[in-house]
Amino acid sequence: MGFSWVRVGAIVRKELRDYRRNRFVVVTMSFLPLVFIVAPVTQLFTIKLSMTSARFDDRIGLALLFMLILPAIIPSVLSAYSVVGEREQGTLEPVLTTPIHPEEFLVGKALAALLPTLAVTYVIFGVFLGAIAAFAHPAVASAIFERNHLLVQLLFTPLVAGWSIWTGIAISTRTSDVRAAQQLTVLASLPPVGAVALMNFDVITPSLGLALGLAGGPLLIDAMAWRVVAALFDRERLVTGARG
Amino acid sequence: MTSEPDGSHGRPSHDGAKPDSALVVEHLTKRFAERVAYEDVSFDVGYGEVFGFLGPNGAGKTTTVRTLGTLVAPTSGSATIVGIPLSAESGPAIRARISIMPESPGLYLRLTVAENLECFARLYELRDVRGRIDRVLQAVNLTERASDVCGALSKGLRQRVALARALLSDPEVLFLDEPTSGLDPVATRDVHGLLDALRARGVTIVLTTHRLEEAERLCHRVAILNTTLRLVGRPDELRAQLFSRNLEVRTRTQLDEPGRVFDGLAHVEGWEQSPTGSYVLNVTDPDAAAPGIARALVAANADILSVAESHHSLEDVYLEVVDEDVEAKR
Ligand SMILES: Nc1ncnc2c1ncn2[C@@H]1O[C@H](COP(=O)(O)OP(=O)(O)OP(=O)(O)O)[C@@H](O)[C@H]1O
Ligand SMILES: [Mg+2]
Repeated sequence: MGFSWVRVGAIVRKELRDYRRNRFVVVTMSFLPLVFIVAPVTQLFTIKLSMTSARFDDRIGLALLFMLILPAIIPSVLSAYSVVGEREQGTLEPVLTTPIHPEEFLVGKALAALLPTLAVTYVIFGVFLGAIAAFAHPAVASAIFERNHLLVQLLFTPLVAGWSIWTGIAISTRTSDVRAAQQLTVLASLPPVGAVALMNFDVITPSLGLALGLAGGPLLIDAMAWRVVAALFDRERLVTGARG
Repeated sequence: MTSEPDGSHGRPSHDGAKPDSALVVEHLTKRFAERVAYEDVSFDVGYGEVFGFLGPNGAGKTTTVRTLGTLVAPTSGSATIVGIPLSAESGPAIRARISIMPESPGLYLRLTVAENLECFARLYELRDVRGRIDRVLQAVNLTERASDVCGALSKGLRQRVALARALLSDPEVLFLDEPTSGLDPVATRDVHGLLDALRARGVTIVLTTHRLEEAERLCHRVAILNTTLRLVGRPDELRAQLFSRNLEVRTRTQLDEPGRVFDGLAHVEGWEQSPTGSYVLNVTDPDAAAPGIARALVAANADILSVAESHHSLEDVYLEVVDEDVEAKR
């Protein structure tokens, strides 16, 4: 009775179907990215070249930061709901009566939150880059397209999302109220964004080595998370509704 | 008042032989903090048997089902499910061979009937997912509703989808927690029809219910649970065990001296007049006693309307046991 990707796939598929028909999820997924594309693009189009170079860099940093808040916020909506939401709907008990292992259930939930997050974030980032390349001042464009910035963005998107997803799922397994879970999860998703902010504003110089080093932390956490969260997963409490 | 499970199942081939029991439960107890859900419960269920769990609200029926379904760990005692001892590690292996239809259907309401079933078929890692889904939908008469979104189904239909879901994996033991609760008479009859069919196919079923006529009609044996197991047996055995055998004599007019008629008759141990005016005779064997009683009545010039066995339903048994508990608690 080992880990089964078939069962993980069953959870992922079911979740994705459910999201598509959930108006709240669809609205959040389409509305949030709009905010997060309009704000940074405005930031960059209103840059005046007469600005000091420090203020110029701040604007660039802020714009890119917006791009990383997206992978932190989007999955927190999904992951906060993942366990406690099913419990409130009464759908958790039937799932737990199948041979599924907690790890399979949780990995399924995590992937189901990660896939749409990556899709939305990368698409938005692509649109953002396209807009910059086409319409922004060449100086702004070359600052954005700087190799380090792009790398940080691409690398940190899944890491930030991963952090957000696993803290969200962890919170969701231990709380007994959907709203509490959602609020806590949004809070918990911010620390990695903070770390990236320091880099974007050049408080920490974003060298490639540093970025990789900083990525190591969340990477480790993301890799270990499913075991930790599985240990938090108390089948009996989740089924009987004993409030712990 | 408690009788030990006697192992006499509905199927003659089973003489309570332990090795081919689908469920063996020994001294099982579950406590939530200081609240006792159920205590010292022992029984066994043979393959192909339909076993009913009766009991008032809060008796521990759902918790017992959840324990045997490995969702809740017992505080003490042991159980063997389809030959596998219940333990923290054996959960997935047990769950692969049984299925549970919980108290509430718990369907994904935004998914269609077929999508709900598909998800579960994959959770059981079944092959031929489409074929399985078609078969269970046919079994519960829902083939035409396969692509309906579950949120748009009535309560009765949702219950049927949940039953279909429980049948997907061809479980060796099927646990049904109040499968007809909240259903109207027609929907209830439909579910009963489905359970009859399963029973005929030899599926082992553990059924909890508040509906006594349901238990009487569907179950080979029933257990009356009220935190502790109060009685286990076939419905007719329970009746016989709890109520000494009675014959009811109805006459057109009151007998002048009923004592002279009934006292000393063979097989008659005592008698009393019921509030309705009939006479209830306590007998050792109704068939042996009836002819003598009839002769004595004729000899006494009584106008006999009927001499019949008085019938007790499972409900009488149930109320007797549960009322006793209520009185004990006063
Ligand atoms: N998580 C829990 N924490 C504390 N007590 C619990 C918990 N779950 C159940 N109980 C208690 O255990 C007892 C048995 O509950 P259970 O749900 O098994 O009864 P039931 O026979 O299924 O009742 P019903 O007919 O109402 O469905 C009840 O007293 C209930 O309050
Ligand atoms: Mg119950």
